[in-house]
Amino acid sequence: MSVVARHFGVWTALGIVVSALIATGLLGLASADGAMGLIAAGLFAILGWQLIGVIASYFADVPGARVMSAALLGLIGLFVWEMVVSALNVPLVILPAPSVIAARIAREIPILWADFQQTFVKGALSGYVIGCLAAFLIAIAIDRSAFLQKGLLPVGNFVAALPIVGTAPILVMWFGFDWQSKAAVVVVMVFFPMLVNTVQGLREASVMQADLMRTYAAGYWQTLFKLRLPAAMPFVFNGLKISSTLALIGAIVAEFFGSPVLGMGFRISTSVGQLALDMVWAEIAVAALAGSLFYGTVALIERAMTFWHPSQRKT
Amino acid sequence: MSDTPISAPGAAIGRSGRVAMSLHGLRGALLPILTVVAAIIALWYLAAVPMNMKSALDQAERAGVSVSPDTGVARRKLSGITLALRNPGVIPNTLEMDRPLLPSPHQVVIELYNTVIDKNVTSKRSLVYHAWITMSATLLGFAIGTTLGIVLAVGIVHNRAMDMSVMPWAIASQTIPILAIAPMIIVVLNSIGIQGLVPKAMISAYLSFFPVVVGMVTGLRSPTAMQLDQMKTWSASKAQTFWRLRLPASMPYLFTSLKIGAAASLVGAIVGELPTGAQGGLGARLLSGSYYGQTVQIWAALFMAAICAAVLVGLIGLAQRMMLARMGFGR
Repeated sequence: MSVVARHFGVWTALGIVVSALIATGLLGLASADGAMGLIAAGLFAILGWQLIGVIASYFADVPGARVMSAALLGLIGLFVWEMVVSALNVPLVILPAPSVIAARIAREIPILWADFQQTFVKGALSGYVIGCLAAFLIAIAIDRSAFLQKGLLPVGNFVAALPIVGTAPILVMWFGFDWQSKAAVVVVMVFFPMLVNTVQGLREASVMQADLMRTYAAGYWQTLFKLRLPAAMPFVFNGLKISSTLALIGAIVAEFFGSPVLGMGFRISTSVGQLALDMVWAEIAVAALAGSLFYGTVALIERAMTFWHPSQRKT
Repeated sequence: MSDTPISAPGAAIGRSGRVAMSLHGLRGALLPILTVVAAIIALWYLAAVPMNMKSALDQAERAGVSVSPDTGVARRKLSGITLALRNPGVIPNTLEMDRPLLPSPHQVVIELYNTVIDKNVTSKRSLVYHAWITMSATLLGFAIGTTLGIVLAVGIVHNRAMDMSVMPWAIASQTIPILAIAPMIIVVLNSIGIQGLVPKAMISAYLSFFPVVVGMVTGLRSPTAMQLDQMKTWSASKAQTFWRLRLPASMPYLFTSLKIGAAASLVGAIVGELPTGAQGGLGARLLSGSYYGQTVQIWAALFMAAICAAVLVGLIGLAQRMMLARMGFGR
């Protein structure tokens, strides 16, 4: 894999690559000269890739190796981005450097926090809870009718593939500019994915398991709570995970159609208009962080609740 | 099949790979499907009456019809349902409003007919014209995104370092509301002189890229250890294993993620038309409809988008069925 590692032995190679990497990094950050920065960026990328190669070839089984290599790739990306932008004097209106974006984030924390509350907490989260809960309850309600299930599954799966975001202008018209309309968009967006997944999940319990419940003389509700809902959990969480990102997307895009002077979508569209691209990137960073944390939280709850499922097994 | 990790949450659509895969073989459900669709349409009509009641009553009052309560102020306090019960004579009007809050289904169908069939395809008022603008960006972006996605997936499967460093980012990127950067991409590319089709296609490509990467990696890894051992006993080279085993085995996964990617591409193209107030395209129709309160136009554009999505997904499904049948997957 790694040419350096083959010649010098793993640990020596690791030492050489890491120290060279740090040296190039410092050199790049200290260089005032454009050409120098570009060379440092190129060198940093090559050395970093070598290091990932060493990790992948010799330390792949060490816990945290995957995180390390991913973080390293992210670091390479950030460094090259920073170097290229400053070396080529890329104007702010095209691509701001990561350091500029970070400075902007640090300066605008109150605004970012207010936008986050407006869009994420009020719009996305409330819509997510309402939409997912409604879909879950309706899925259980139609669960007794095989006819309805047969009809709803394909229709729901079809609707889930449609550009539902497009309903945003209508819902903004109905519910006004404030967060209620954003929550409504989110409800509509998450409803069908959640419904389809729950209905599908409730069909998961096998005939044999259902027969076993019958031999225990379990009633409908007992079978539902003790067998079929637990069996449906992987699907329910699949729906919840898909919905978690849809919720944020819905809330942000709905703000493009009208919002109070607050919110992530509003800030993105107005900052784009003012060509304040560093602010746009700051909002995107917040959105990315919020989206990943939201998804990660749902995934963690899933792991705790469906620990028995084969897909949760550690390989 | 229930733990098939094909889901593309960041893709801006809610289609689930898991459900889509297990839906295969669910045939003979025509009657239930039609019943559900009929129920939705009936609900829609029922909802249109109370929603449009207030403005219908206002119009009726202006036209000299006596309505109860007879002042707009008094009517504002009552719900649409109460008003409908007290003025049953006005109910038909609610379904034929000029700018209704909720247009009735047949109004949308008529608008679709007028703008799709009645208008010349090249006219700016034809919905086909706008749909084609959106679809061309969608298709271009979808092609780019899919190609890049497959190439990256092949790299990830064959290169340990790429697997360890790139794959976590591909997965993490799915949890990010990618669509939020659409306006920025449009404006930035605009400022360096790239306009029209390409910026929208780039958003589409970006959205369809990750579902394809994740689905393809899963698919290329789907051959079992036994099958891989079998290739080894035949002393097959890496390339032979790829072309004869991994690639064919990945096809069901590829098609499932292609469907997700195509639908996501369409969403990307539509949202890409929002920020700059594009001249044409379904997104532009949505935006101008919302500016001028032309609700029927919005709904018609929405249905056109749905038709486009259905055509895309349907075509891929057709290709899937033909391909998998030729390969012997079809049972």
